[in-house]
Amino acid sequence: MAIRTLGKAAALTGALLLGAGTRAQTVDAKAIVMGGAANGANACSACHGDQGEGRPEAGFPRLAGLNPDYIVQQLNDLASGARANETMTPIAKALSPAERTALGAYLAGLQPPAAPVEPKPEEKVVAEGKKIALQGLWDKDLPQCVSCHGAGGVGVGVNFPKLAGQSAQYIANQLDAWKTGKRTNDPLHLMTGVASKLDDSQIAAVAAYFESLSPVAAGGAQ
Amino acid sequence: MSADRIDPKLGLAGVLFLATAFYLGTLVSSGPQPAATTPPATTHGGAAAKKLAEAAAAPAPSVAAVDARPVFVPLPMDKVPEDEFGKMARLGEAIFHDTRANAGAFVGNDLQCRNCHLDDGRHANSAPLWAAYLVYPAYRKKDHEVNTFQSRMQGCFRYSMNGKAPELGDKVLVALEAYAYAMAKGGPTGVAVAGQGYPRLAEPATLDAAHGKAVFAEKCAVCHGADGAGQNDASGQTTFPPLWGARSYNWGAGMASISNAAAFVKANMPLSQAGSLSDKDAWDVAAFIDSQERPQDPRFNGSVAETRKAFHDSKMDMYGQTVDGVTLGQNAPPSGATPKQQ
Ligand code: HEC
Ligand code: HEC
Ligand code: HEC
Ligand code: HEC
Repeated sequence: MAIRTLGKAAALTGALLLGAGTRAQTVDAKAIVMGGAANGANACSACHGDQGEGRPEAGFPRLAGLNPDYIVQQLNDLASGARANETMTPIAKALSPAERTALGAYLAGLQPPAAPVEPKPEEKVVAEGKKIALQGLWDKDLPQCVSCHGAGGVGVGVNFPKLAGQSAQYIANQLDAWKTGKRTNDPLHLMTGVASKLDDSQIAAVAAYFESLSPVAAGGAQ
Repeated sequence: MSADRIDPKLGLAGVLFLATAFYLGTLVSSGPQPAATTPPATTHGGAAAKKLAEAAAAPAPSVAAVDARPVFVPLPMDKVPEDEFGKMARLGEAIFHDTRANAGAFVGNDLQCRNCHLDDGRHANSAPLWAAYLVYPAYRKKDHEVNTFQSRMQGCFRYSMNGKAPELGDKVLVALEAYAYAMAKGGPTGVAVAGQGYPRLAEPATLDAAHGKAVFAEKCAVCHGADGAGQNDASGQTTFPPLWGARSYNWGAGMASISNAAAFVKANMPLSQAGSLSDKDAWDVAAFIDSQERPQDPRFNGSVAETRKAFHDSKMDMYGQTVDGVTLGQNAPPSGATPKQQ
């Protein structure tokens, strides 16, 4: 009886009821990405792209191919305020736990090519970034980025997100956020320590380097 | 009314301020030196260490003390010419960095030389190669022989890498020696320079492995895994090396001695926050790690008790000791080369 009513209603009112009525059973993550969810979460695609490829120049991060549990963790932290962001916090709050889980799994499985970036950074800058990423700055006790984020920045498990192919603007924003105490949800405050040892030009260089790596070549979706 | 509106903002600023202050506070109070935010490698974490010999590990007055040994600055590799010698030294660097890819026949676990000698064997206070080069040949109690630099490295292959030692003169050892020599050129031979070995820690009255387990869960598991088995990256390469179990260093390794592990951990772990643990936390977490099963000592003679008597008779060595009803070494996986599991 209930099921039949629901089916009829859903057929009639479409997306409106989809969010509220069937949330517990099936969440259509793709529909949320493309069209938003009930309770006011905007379509993710507006900022993160149809395929989760991001909008690098605007600092909207690539979500495709990130670890699913990492995505859920960040949505939870954005919702609770443990990670504060004016744009994302209200959106994350509007998502139910089941929606967050479904979105994490869906976005993690996408593998679009990198969104194009113009203008390309200078080669010299990318080379300086590569040196920091692969050799560290040991005179400041800063290990290689890849010793935590994996070879080529492909990411390690739930705690060490993929950096390969991520928006340079976004990477730089995050390092700034740690430096200034705006992002504080990192385990053991590892990134707070890392970011504190980088100056602005080093941040720009290492961000340009990771953006220059293909997000799908090695590792792919996790 | 307007005060109500302003308050939450001030409150938030206050909370952020407190959070920051608390964070800085924990760094400062968790150890004698706020090393997590730190000065150059050579000026921190150095104990007033005596000699490299383990026996000389007389209680150091304080880990915060500046390393009093002579300073030597190793030659950077980009200053080494691209000639035949330079090629061999760079091969050594590659072997040290990715031992499995470049000398796989001699490796029996998931470790690389650089995992215990950070920054590809350059980082002070993680037994850097350039400082080691200057103090060999040397007599070692471990095998009652004068070890050349090459035979010293054979030991790390056999025990730390749980593999097979390359023959003396094998290209692998020649390349590694060339790499160490390239960085050590111009240094004082026979002198233990600042940064050599690990800064020794004053021995504690007691070791508390149960407390070490808690330290491990809080400060180490995020990288090395709750089960100590390490973690691979998304393309399957080992990023965080295993601390115990079948894929880690074996019972004969230097790191299996609690005093070495404590000294290494204090000076180098958690990665990027070197020096942040208290001495007690470093000792206890080392005791916990070195109370876990790992591959058999290659010198195993059929009896754990006999092998303990011959090679492990120290209170800093848990081999053959009974922990939670289990005798360590009794169920050890076999030692020796086994290919990497995928
Ligand atoms: C109006 C633009 C906008 C929309 C719409 C939007 N986001 Fe975001 N999102 C952002 C921005 C900006 C950031 C970066 C925040 C920062 O700099 O800390 C972000 C960050 C994130 C992150 C953190 C990524 C990381 O690597 O840590 C996740 C996860 C995320 N968004 C998921 C979503 C999902 C899921 C949706 C749709 C339900 C969505 N976003 C909709 C702008 C948007
Ligand atoms: C000691 C380990 C460690 C090192 C070294 C390290 N990171 Fe991280 N990084 C982390 C952790 C842990 C996180 C996840 C933080 C969280 O969950 O909030 C992270 C997250 C990030 C993020 C956020 C990604 C996202 O999707 O939001 C960026 C950007 C980043 N790191 C850049 C770098 C760069 C650049 C370097 C080298 C200069 C570096 N990291 C070195 C541990 C490390
Ligand atoms: C599991 C950790 C570990 C690994 C892996 C490892 N070592 Fe070691 N190594 C040690 C320890 C512990 C010492 C003793 C340090 C001390 O006594 O201060 C040591 C000492 C050395 C020394 C002598 C240092 C000195 O100052 O006397 C050399 C040389 C060396 N290792 C080379 C290598 C090479 C080459 C490899 C790779 C084939 C390697 N190590 C792999 C842990 C390791
Ligand atoms: C941020 C990640 C991270 C944390 C946290 C961390 N380690 Fe490590 N650890 C590493 C990495 C990476 C290496 C290898 C270093 C390299 O190759 O540059 C390593 C190496 C080691 C080694 C030598 C290699 C081996 O497998 O035996 C030991 C021992 C060790 N860590 C112990 C600890 C202990 C104890 C703690 C907690 C107090 C800890 N680590 C916390 C990342 C970490």
